Order: sequence, then structure tokens, then C-alpha cells
Amino acid sequence: MAARSIVIGTLAWLLVAAAAPALPQWLVSLATVAFANALVVLGLVILWRAGLVPFGQALYYAIGAYTVALIGRYSEIRDVFLMIAAAAVLSGLTAFLTGLLLARYREIFFAMLSLAMSMILYGVLVKTETLGSTDGFHVEQPTYLGYAPQGNMHLLVLFWLVLACGALSALLVSFYFRSVAGSLAVPVRDSEIRLEFLGVSVNRLIHLNLVIAGTLAGIGGALAAFAVEHVDPDMSYWTTSGGFVFVTILAGAGSVAAAFVGSFVFELLKSIAYDLLPGTWQMFLGAALLVTILFLPEGIGSLFVRLQRRPEAKAMGAKMGAKSTSALS
Amino acid sequence: MLLTAFAIVTDGLVYAAYLFLVAVGLTLIFGVMKILNVTHGSFYAFGAYGAAIAVGIYFDQGFPAAGGFLLMIVVAMAIGLVLGLVLERGLLRLVYGKDEVVVVLVTYAAFLILEDVIQLIWGTSSYALYQPLDIAGNVDVGALTLSGYDIGLVIFATLVAAGASFALKYTRWGRVLTVVIFDRELAAAFGINVSLVYTLTFVVGAMLGALGGVVMAPKIAVTLGIGVEVIVLAFAVVAIGGMGSVGGAFVGALIVGLCRAAAVHLVPQIELFVIYAVMALVLVVRPQGLFTRAQPRKI
Amino acid sequence: MNHHAYRPMFVLTAGLSLGLSLMVLGGAQAQQPAAPAAPAAAAAPEPIKIGIVTFLSGPAAAPFGIPDRNGAEVLIESLNAGKAPAPYNQVGLGGAKIEPKYVDEAGSATDQVTQFRNLVERDHVDVVMGYVSSGNCLAIAPVAEELKQLTVFDICGTPRIFEEKPRHYVFRVNPTATMDNVAAAKYVLAKMKDISVYSGINQNYAWGQDSWRDFHLAMTDLDPKATVDKELFPKLFAGEYGAEISTLLTSKSQIIHSSFFDGDLEAFIYQSTARGLPQRIPLVLTTGETSLWRVATKLPDGTIIGSRGPHTFFAHDSDLNTWFHNIYVDRYGLQPVYPAYDMAQSMLGLKTAWEKAQAKKGGARPTTEEVIAAFEGIEFKTPSTTVRMANAHGHQGITDTAYGTYKFDKAEIKPTLVDIERYPAECVNPPPDVDSVTWLQGGMKGAKCN
Repeated sequence: MAARSIVIGTLAWLLVAAAAPALPQWLVSLATVAFANALVVLGLVILWRAGLVPFGQALYYAIGAYTVALIGRYSEIRDVFLMIAAAAVLSGLTAFLTGLLLARYREIFFAMLSLAMSMILYGVLVKTETLGSTDGFHVEQPTYLGYAPQGNMHLLVLFWLVLACGALSALLVSFYFRSVAGSLAVPVRDSEIRLEFLGVSVNRLIHLNLVIAGTLAGIGGALAAFAVEHVDPDMSYWTTSGGFVFVTILAGAGSVAAAFVGSFVFELLKSIAYDLLPGTWQMFLGAALLVTILFLPEGIGSLFVRLQRRPEAKAMGAKMGAKSTSALS
Repeated sequence: MLLTAFAIVTDGLVYAAYLFLVAVGLTLIFGVMKILNVTHGSFYAFGAYGAAIAVGIYFDQGFPAAGGFLLMIVVAMAIGLVLGLVLERGLLRLVYGKDEVVVVLVTYAAFLILEDVIQLIWGTSSYALYQPLDIAGNVDVGALTLSGYDIGLVIFATLVAAGASFALKYTRWGRVLTVVIFDRELAAAFGINVSLVYTLTFVVGAMLGALGGVVMAPKIAVTLGIGVEVIVLAFAVVAIGGMGSVGGAFVGALIVGLCRAAAVHLVPQIELFVIYAVMALVLVVRPQGLFTRAQPRKI
Repeated sequence: MNHHAYRPMFVLTAGLSLGLSLMVLGGAQAQQPAAPAAPAAAAAPEPIKIGIVTFLSGPAAAPFGIPDRNGAEVLIESLNAGKAPAPYNQVGLGGAKIEPKYVDEAGSATDQVTQFRNLVERDHVDVVMGYVSSGNCLAIAPVAEELKQLTVFDICGTPRIFEEKPRHYVFRVNPTATMDNVAAAKYVLAKMKDISVYSGINQNYAWGQDSWRDFHLAMTDLDPKATVDKELFPKLFAGEYGAEISTLLTSKSQIIHSSFFDGDLEAFIYQSTARGLPQRIPLVLTTGETSLWRVATKLPDGTIIGSRGPHTFFAHDSDLNTWFHNIYVDRYGLQPVYPAYDMAQSMLGLKTAWEKAQAKKGGARPTTEEVIAAFEGIEFKTPSTTVRMANAHGHQGITDTAYGTYKFDKAEIKPTLVDIERYPAECVNPPPDVDSVTWLQGGMKGAKCN
């Protein structure tokens, strides 16, 4: 089963990657930003499965973005892989350090403390006039192992890179979900204390999840910085974190691929809202969120799961007779 | 030097009054219903707009001043009642029992919608309600001139705090609320109509939120986006003081107010961080907030 | 939580189909790109699409975005009807009508970059015009260069646009914020020759920080013995300034500089006048003109007011000025504030360049490159004054400016400005080859103030 999903997933990615040069540029750049953000959402999905929703993922997102921006500004290094690695390391390290504190909190206090941390970074960035304060500054275009794309190619190459990162992350995260550490996330959400009686250190588990989520967010931020070619302190503001949480709910915590589709749908929705309803686009987004929550409480991902579960459930039901399929929680 | 110290105290108190009035409704709703109500920002904004328009008209007609102040309270209660009922009965009812985060996001969605509703009703221009400020006059203390309205705000906030604490402790409904804050299941087991309590709490919280907007309206320019700024401030104060604790919100507001005033006078560079630093510090030392009991972990 | 294996393919395929169908819809919406060098046809020439980006929602809408948009709307209507006075009496731009598309500037810089790309690649606009926020301008400029899209920035004031890198496709008709603060310093010193202590209260973000820095540097250049007492930077949109007002009341300042605008400015005025601050220590409001009509009765006489250029109260008398003022008031029933004038300047600059390029081509529709070549370095009249595209290799405009002192006319119940001082363009704008901060730190060498 798992191998088949991976094969199908890989094929889908290849399809999208091959289609890219034929698609209009505005769609490609929109998708680039969407899939970069999807990495942050992926991290949030990991945390949501454990029952935690931080309102401060923007902290790691901004650190990742500013890392690549600063490297480009103050050094001659332009290789994209080096820069992203640096972003991942720095944001992962930050997540490790903040996680030492955050892992001890739950629910609303967890959310508020993570929010406080991202806002402190925001304050620091705003006060730093050499980095342009709220205006931010430009991000230099990267090179890819020596290859420097010209003109329109740089957008395409970046898109392929983002796709590759997305695919790799999706793969690694699905492996993680199937691992022992990963599947323990759900029990953490349901009953920590029982888990602790079984000998599992819940705090350490959560700390691990925080580091993974933080690293993903940092990579996402770095890629977004390349896509937009600009960084500013807004990337650390709580409304940015709110946007990521919004997409997480839209996508649903069930499936890895849903993070990417959900993020893409969100960017499209925003684009439509701006285009058709200048001035009242907030209302449109709010209504879209409401509709999703009320009618698709497990997110968009669940739509498709449900679609192909019905024939299977019927078959299973027939097979099992009296036993009811309680697969749906 | 002495004057600066005095200024820090008075400024701290005024800012604390502002924070408290803005946060008290939120802490009640959170304490009773365990909902982090993002729409609180909308209550504040609607209160401010309602006051600016209705009370503005009142004062323009030249009616007696005392009636104007009374009208402000009435406006807050009316707005709170309508908005609170519509939201609680119409929307929140549909998502009770779902994941906490989902409920927060429902209130966030409602907030987004209401922001644009404000724009649709009242447009993009800003409104002013400066008459109460004028009427209250000012008081000179050396070089420092204090606004009568600010002094009134501090007194009003204290009255609200005292009134809310009294109501929670000594009235029947107050005690019912306190029980539900403490343990919802236990309350239901004793036959308390939790659903009614929820509606009541939400409406009262909405009224208090609107009241925050109403009393601040004379000082600010009532324009789009005033709700957003208030949300994070209110959340921070509630996190510091503890959910559901009126006393906690009062003390939390005082701490933040005084720290911020000191920062502005003495070390203006850190003013931006103060509220978050205080919140982080309090949460590190006392994770459940200052005034709530640590919840025993349920097995 | 169910434990089924999920099927990424279904999810992805559905997402792709959704995306592709929307793309097709979007593509169907967009017209064909404007054909370069189309022959001058007898039929009505193809309209010129201009994307106009400004704040249509949020707190910056009322003071900037809406007047900006209104200015564009009313001007475009007049131009399309051929009703503007000479030399702007040709219909639209060079005979082709203008088709505006308004986009909300709200959201993050990332959102704005995405919207810009949509305007260029999906909607195929000929020109993009607008932007109030300097942050957005800085993010958009490199993208405009990459997409080879002619872009005219309108209100954003940061000098960094052209000082960080020369631009080919980006123009800005309106001068930078450096001009506002240098002129403010000159006016303050002219009015208060023996000033020794001053303070500032500015919003804690780039606009506020840059405004204060420029004012402070200019004051140091012009009067080295004046010192700073308090530098306050409350949060943007804080709304509550009690502590700041107390600090200023107990300070020794003789004047207070502020680049506050609209909501924050009005709140500050209400709160500070209730406590007697501006009556005691005069305020210098570099962008105060946008709020004058709303706080008219509250603002004390003696407040120093700037308009980021010689607009509205400071506009030079001309037929063009009277005409623009009248069409604006007739259409909206409101007095125009300077953002409307800024938009008018940008639009008329574009028109001048476009028609010059078209004339050079014998009446054929010019390409982007031809418009750019025509735009660089031109000089043209606007309702407020004359603009000369003198800096940044002809891409950045400079104008003269003015400051005045507020006086409420009790008889006619309206705000007025008295003691108006004008400053020529080369006196308060940096010369073409120097960046603003260096110029200010070097004593404003090269300034021509006659």
C-alpha cells in the first residue's frame, strides 16, 4: 500500500514538473510561493496531529528567509543548496532552543508563547535599520551548482527546486508518520498521561516534532524568499503565522499531499479574492474558511479520502457483516 | 525626576485601564467556554464605531453631557447583545465540541468577515468622537497635564473590575459561571444549564468588548483596522493573568501598563517588546497564568 | 483519526484540475497583449490598460488609498473624454482610451509581488501605477525590471528605490521623503531662529525611522547647536499615546517633529490637545495635510504643516490646478488631499512621455522602450507645480515644495495655512549623483537655494 502511494505521488510530481514550462508564468510563480509555504504547513500538520497548534511558526519562516537574504547580501556565496542548508540548520537550531521551553506547554499557552517569540523577532527586525526595518531588502538570485539561469528560466528552475524539496519533504514526512515516533503523535493528543505511563517521554517527542516543524518552516521561508526576491519583518508577524494555520485547517491534518494542494488552493483563493473583490477580499477568505470548517471539518484532503472510501467501505461492510467500520473518527 | 516617576505611574495606570477594559471580556469567554475568541477585536471595533456615530450625533445636537456618557454605556450593551447573540447562537453553536483550534479559526473567519462588514457599513473614512475628551477637561500637576478623561478611565476600569469580581463571587449567576470555569463537566453533573451559561457568558463578554471600544473611541481615530491591534494585546493580558480570572486580567494589565510606561520614559527602544517579554516571562515562571490554579491532569 | 492509506494521486489530480481550470478562466479574461507598433487605424485605437495599485481597505485607505484612487478615476474620466486643458487635451494617452484596473495594496509584500505578476502576466497591462507603501515599492522594483514592465511609483517615499540600484523600467514622478524633512528643518529654523532643543515622535517602522533620521541630519547640518531631547517611536497603529505625551510634556523640547499620518495622527492630536501639549510645544507635521479637514477644529494655530510637495494649499495658481480641483470636488464632494495630486502628477507624466514617444513615431503607438526613452529627463506641468525628471538618470522626479503654519479661519469655518515658505527643487532634493543619506551627512553640498 505504502509503496503504491509513493509511486503514484512521484508520478504526480513528475507530471506537474513537466507541465510547468507550458503553464503561464503567473501561475508558476503563484505555485512556487504556494509550495514553499506548503512546507511550513507540513510542519504544522505534524504538530497538529500531536494536538499542538503554534501561532508562531513565522519565527522559523522568517529566520530561514533572512538567512538566505543575509548570505546573499553580505557574502559572495550564491549556491542555492548551500544557502538552503544554512537556512535549515539555523531554523532547526532555533527550533531546538525554543523547543526546550515550548515543549513544556500545551494548548493556548503553547500557542501564545510561540506567538510571543515570533513577535520578539519581529520587533528586533523592525528596529534594525541597517536591514531596512519594515521595508526589508532584496534577495539576490541564487545559482544552482554553478548554473545561473537567465531571464524566465530562473523562475522555472526555482519552481522545479521547490517541487523537489516538496516531494522530498513529503516522502520523508510520510515515512516519519509511519515510524514509531511519528505514530505516537496521535496518542499524545488523546492522552499524554497514559503515554507517559507506558514509558514514553512526551516532552521529548514534542521537542522532536518542534524541531522538524521548525526546520521545514525555515526551508519554506528560504524558498519563499527566493521566489519573491524580497524579505521583510512581516514574515515574522503573527498574521503570517495565522495564514499558515488557516491553510492547515483548509488542508486537513490527515494527508501529506493535502498540505500542498491546500496551500495552492489558498493562494488561488487569495488571488481570486484580490482580483474580483478588491476591498472586500477579507470577507471572501473568511467565508471560504467558514465553509471549509463547517462542511469539510477535516479539510480538503478528507474530500478525496471520503470519495474513494465509500465503495471500499461498502465492500468491507459486506465482508464484515455485523462489525461496523469505525475507521472514521 | 520625581515628576517622571509620577508620570510613569499615571501613564502606566491609564494604559493598564485601557488593557483591562479590552481584555476582561475575552478572559471571561475564555474561562467559561475555553474559546480564544478572535472576534473580540470586532466587538471592540463595532463598539467604537457605534459610539462615534450614535454618541457623536447626540453631542452634536447639544444634549446634556451626562446623558452622553450614559448613552455610551447603552450603545456598548446594545452592540454586545446583538453581535454576541448572533455569533453565539448562529455560528458557535455549530462548532461546539470540535477541536479547540477549529473553534478559534471559526472566530477568526467571523472576524475577517466582520472587518469587511464594517467597511461596507461605514466606509473607509475615519470618525471622531472628541466631545467627551473636551468635556472632561484636564488637571495640571506641575509641567504634567493630565486629561480628566484618562483619570475617569482609570476609575471606570477599577469599577468594572470590582463589579465583575463582586458579581462573580456574590451573585447567583456569578457563582454558576465560576463553577463552569472551574469544571464544566462537574457543573453539568449538578444540573447547571451549561448551554445557557455559554450564551450568557458570550453576550456579557461581547458587551464588555464593545464597552472597551466605546470608552476608547474619544481618544482614538475610529478607522478600519482598530480591531486587529487590540486582539494581540487582549490575548497577551489574558495569557498573563490567567484565563477566566478578572483579578488576573487586572493585575496583568497593571504589570504590562507600568512596564510599558517605564520603557517609554526611560528606555524607549524596548517599548515594542515589553508586552511580549512580560508575557514570555510570566509564562515561563507560572505556565498557567498568574491567577489560575494549575489544572490537575485528567486521566 | 483514521488509518487508511491516503491516495495522493487523487488529491493532486483534483488540485491540478482546479488550478488548470482557473488558469483557463483567467486566460479567457485577459485580453490579448497590446500589439507593439500597431498601425494607426481609422477605428478606435486599442485601449491602454493601466493597473493601479493602492490601499482600498484597511487604515491606510482613508488618508492615502481612496484619494489616490479617486484622483486616478476622475482624471482618467476627463482624459478619456478629451476634456483636460492643454497640453493634456488629447483623448486618453495619445488618442487611446485608458482602461484602469484597481488592485488593493493590502496584504504582505509577498502577496503584492504575486498580484503584480498577475497584472503583468495574466492581465497583460501596459503600465502599472501606484503603491503607497515603501516596502512594497522595494519588493516590486526588481520584479518590474525582471518582467520588463513599465511601472510608475506614486506615493511611496523611500529614496532606496533608485539609490540601491539603477532601474530601467521603474519611474517615480513624485519626490522622495528626504525633500519633506529637509524643507521642514529649513522652515522650523526660519520660524524659530534660536531653537536649541527639539524632539520627535514617529511611528516605529521604516517611514517613521527614515523621516526622523532625515530631519535630524538636516537640522544638524543647518544648526549644529540644536540638540535632540526625546526620540519616541511608538508602534505603528498603536492608537494610545498617553505615555509619549507625558514624556514630551515633561521634556525641554521647543518643537516636536512627527511624520504621523491619519489614524495615528488624529488620535495623537485628540489626546495631546486634551492635555495641552501642542498648544505649548508646536508640532511639525510633515504629512499633516491629509488630516487637516478632519481635525480642523482641534488642531491649534501655530502647527507647522507639510504636504509632501506643493499640493492643495500650496499649489501654484494655474488653470490646471483650478480645473483639477474642481473636477475632484464636483465628483466626490470632498476636498482633494495630496495623494490625489500625486496620482495626477504620475498620470500626467506618463501621458506626456507617451505622447512624446508617439509623436516621434509619426502617430504610431509607442512600445514600452520608446515610452521609457521619452520619459527620461522630461519636464512637465501638473496641477501643483512643474516636475522635472532630474535624478536617477531621468527616472526620479523632483519638484519644489512648501511648508506653512496652520490657522483656523473662524469666520469661514475652514482650515488655512499662512506664512507659506517655498523651497526650490534643487534646494531640498539631493543632486543627481549623490544618495540622500550621504548628501545629508555631507552638509547638503550642491544644494542650490539661491
